[in-house]
Amino acid sequence: MRLFFAGLSIITGLATATVSVPVKADPAPDIGNWQSVLEQARGQTVYWHAWGGEPRINDYIAWAGAQVEERYGVTVKQVKLSDTSDAVAKVLSEKTAGVNDGGAVDMIWINGENFAAMKRNDLLFGPWVEETPNFDYVDVKGKPTVINDFTVPTQGLEAPWGMAQVSFYYDSARLDDVPKSAQGLLEWLVKHPGRFTYPQPPNYMGSTFLKQILTELVADPKVLQQPADEADAKKVLAPLWGYLDDLQPLLWRDGQAYPQNGASLRTMMADNEIDIAFSFSSGEVSSAIEAMELPDTVRSYVFDKGTLGNTNFVAIPYNASAKAGAVVLADFLMSPEAQLRKQDPQYWGADTVLAMDKLPADMQKAFANLDIGIASLAPADRGTVLGEPHPSWMELVETEWQKRYGVVQ
Amino acid sequence: MLRFVPALTIILMIGPVCAGLIGTILPAFGYLPALGGNRFSVGPWQDLLAQPGLGISMRLSLVNGLAATLISLGVVVLFCAAWQGTRIFSVMQRLLSPILSVPHAAAAFGLAFLIAPSGWIVRAIAPLGGWDRPPDIVTLQDPLGMALIVGLVVKEIPFLLLMTLAALPQADADRTRKIALTLGYGRVVGWLKTVLPRLYPQIRLPVLAVLAYSTSVVDVAMILGPTTPAPLAVRILGWLSDPDLSHRFLASAGAVLQLLLVLFAIGIWFIGERLMAHWGCRWAQNGARGRGDDPIRTLAAGAAIVSALAVFLGLAGLLVWSVAGYWAFPEFLPRSFSLRLWMREYHTLGAALMTTLLIAGLSVLVAICLVLGCLENETRRSYRPGAGALVLIYVPLLMPQISFMFGLQVFFTGLGLERSLMSVVVAHLIFVLPYVFLSLADPFRALDPRYGQTALCLGASPMRVFWSVRLPLLTRAVLTAFAVGIAVSVGQYLPTLLIGAGRFATVTTEAVALASGGDRRMIGIYGILQMILPFAGFAVSLLIPVFLFRHRRGMGTQNRI
Repeated sequence: MRLFFAGLSIITGLATATVSVPVKADPAPDIGNWQSVLEQARGQTVYWHAWGGEPRINDYIAWAGAQVEERYGVTVKQVKLSDTSDAVAKVLSEKTAGVNDGGAVDMIWINGENFAAMKRNDLLFGPWVEETPNFDYVDVKGKPTVINDFTVPTQGLEAPWGMAQVSFYYDSARLDDVPKSAQGLLEWLVKHPGRFTYPQPPNYMGSTFLKQILTELVADPKVLQQPADEADAKKVLAPLWGYLDDLQPLLWRDGQAYPQNGASLRTMMADNEIDIAFSFSSGEVSSAIEAMELPDTVRSYVFDKGTLGNTNFVAIPYNASAKAGAVVLADFLMSPEAQLRKQDPQYWGADTVLAMDKLPADMQKAFANLDIGIASLAPADRGTVLGEPHPSWMELVETEWQKRYGVVQ
Repeated sequence: MLRFVPALTIILMIGPVCAGLIGTILPAFGYLPALGGNRFSVGPWQDLLAQPGLGISMRLSLVNGLAATLISLGVVVLFCAAWQGTRIFSVMQRLLSPILSVPHAAAAFGLAFLIAPSGWIVRAIAPLGGWDRPPDIVTLQDPLGMALIVGLVVKEIPFLLLMTLAALPQADADRTRKIALTLGYGRVVGWLKTVLPRLYPQIRLPVLAVLAYSTSVVDVAMILGPTTPAPLAVRILGWLSDPDLSHRFLASAGAVLQLLLVLFAIGIWFIGERLMAHWGCRWAQNGARGRGDDPIRTLAAGAAIVSALAVFLGLAGLLVWSVAGYWAFPEFLPRSFSLRLWMREYHTLGAALMTTLLIAGLSVLVAICLVLGCLENETRRSYRPGAGALVLIYVPLLMPQISFMFGLQVFFTGLGLERSLMSVVVAHLIFVLPYVFLSLADPFRALDPRYGQTALCLGASPMRVFWSVRLPLLTRAVLTAFAVGIAVSVGQYLPTLLIGAGRFATVTTEAVALASGGDRRMIGIYGILQMILPFAGFAVSLLIPVFLFRHRRGMGTQNRI
């Protein structure tokens, strides 16, 4: 065995000497001096790890990359992921191997639990966000989630680049009347058993549904903004379990099988397996109609007491190789121009993080003139935006759900 | 030179494989400093055992793995026994390569669309019943995992059949079968009693690979398998991708458990082999001729044809989806068609295909050279140096790939080798090599040594014996290994993405990312695109012998009508 290891080190040693990538330390850019950031960024290549499941979004990212290349000489390459956790695992493996410089991931599209986990484990570079020029346009007052990601303060470690809010959708050709509350949904399901379901937690969308119900049923929603261990969790969650005990047998396949993710819900709508579904963006529903995944009679709506909303971010790992380039790219993504295109359902259809009253007049007009798409909700129709509970609640709910409903055999 | 090849193989493999193992085992016992795990503990195991429904998950993995292997092997053996040397046999052979080149996940998607309550079969009969809603019945994700077993069986039958075809020449199947017939045996019984005992040892490794794969499969299980709870490997994937990084400890313990489970399944299989051998021996000796075997022959052909049909119809479904406009239940065909999505992929396609081909070509080439070197060395020395250590190369097949990847990433990153073409090729090699080895090892070892001895007596050098005698005789097996290797390499998602750090965009990395969007059109397009290279590989591996041996009747016998 010793011989093998000796051989191994010789071989790998030779290989390392000849072909290994020269890992160059990338000094932290001085964000306060924007000119120096731009200089440092020029010529850098930013490997942006982002979920790649939607061709339209990939196109948008490619467009943003081309713009940044043209204006600042920063090359952007999207690494298309099927799951953000792959990028998190990558950074973690680099930390384990002691690669604290010249890492492979320059920027991650991230939010919520993944952000909380990376922040907690010191895997992020920053703070850098609040000193970037375009952050001035961000609607910090009106959209508090742009600096509080699932109640966790972002502290300048991630830059907001899109808003999301839960909305439900249905086919108006099949359904006239839709339930607009948790209780209403239950009553509707009694009459139409099996015509609704949610993705199996801990899938993101599935957990979101549980949180939506929890937020509506809990006596005092404020308690959810604090970590779960500071409250009487059992008592807080009791109404949710009472509700689900009634709901589960009425679900599609009697709650014995679940769709995998939010995208599966769209397919199930088209297959006429369910009548009501939900997503994190009504713009996504319009896009799906355009992509012929859904019929053009589908419409979105929200619950009377409001639905959960949050923000999407981009963050830079602590060991990124092109930090300045990533900062420049993130700044561009927050620019009125990039945000305008992002909100246009022709390209993507995701809501802006910017405050209209801070924008120049012509930009305000351009935003106002956008055609948001037939199944998208105008800001006025979106009702109350409810805050996401603290991530610890989500973990608690997921674990408990698995115990109660995850084993039905 | 040659004597160093086994050592070289082990050197190349031992680092990554051990790294992958260690990267799983240490966190399973609480050790992972980057996440604050500085001390060993059994905490992860306690967490694992406290997971609800763990026993059911384990049972699902074990039973599904064994059942899928047993059924696919049974169908292949019966089909060969009943039809070898007939027209229908050669037709099936030609259907093989398209089926083999369908990626597992794409085949599973296709099958799902076929048998789902809102799927094609129901759509075909829906107008008769006047249904505008799919029936509320469970056909996919059933609690027992039957759909999953079917999904595995339809993909493993072609693989085992191909392995059998490559091995038949070494078993001298044709002449043996004829003698059995002359002695008055029925086709099926004669084949089972005379050919199978010589054939099985040659396909044993592929069978075990199928067993290991079916017990630890993730992608097919996510599409067709039960979810309340899911088989163990799927749950491990869930824990590993949990945003809460501390779940990695639990996941690592789960991966070790999965490894033990696969070994346990193999143990059960070994016992089954013993029993079969014991019982089969007595059965063979009883002299029963078993002549009335028509029903069995029909059954065997039926099973083989239905399984091939399932894949083809599923594939046709994907093809239609890839050009579909809006397509709702209960419409049998889409309302409109569009090439829009194909057009948009067309531009990026060439580059992705080239990258895929480059990585696959290099890793398979290296794998074949190493395996041939090892086997030739073993033949010349008539002992197996480091045979024990060579078992190592099968380890990657026994574990869920995703848990293996963490240690592998740390290894390559630590060496500073990450992100280079070479590291991606080596990472692919880890998963390609075992398949090349198991495709080639048994046929190589079964080759009649007298050919070589005769050539040596005639004065040929050992080198010349290898190049002019052994290699030509093994053309079919080598080409099969080559095609299998290409298919395995093309299918690699995580190693390409993680070891290449996203620098190498292949057809598969694009496909898996886009499939996560859930649009059946994109799944259809990339399912088909992923087929191109493996299909070419299998086609070449079937066509070359036909061309090479057009004047060699003896070399063609086994595959002649």
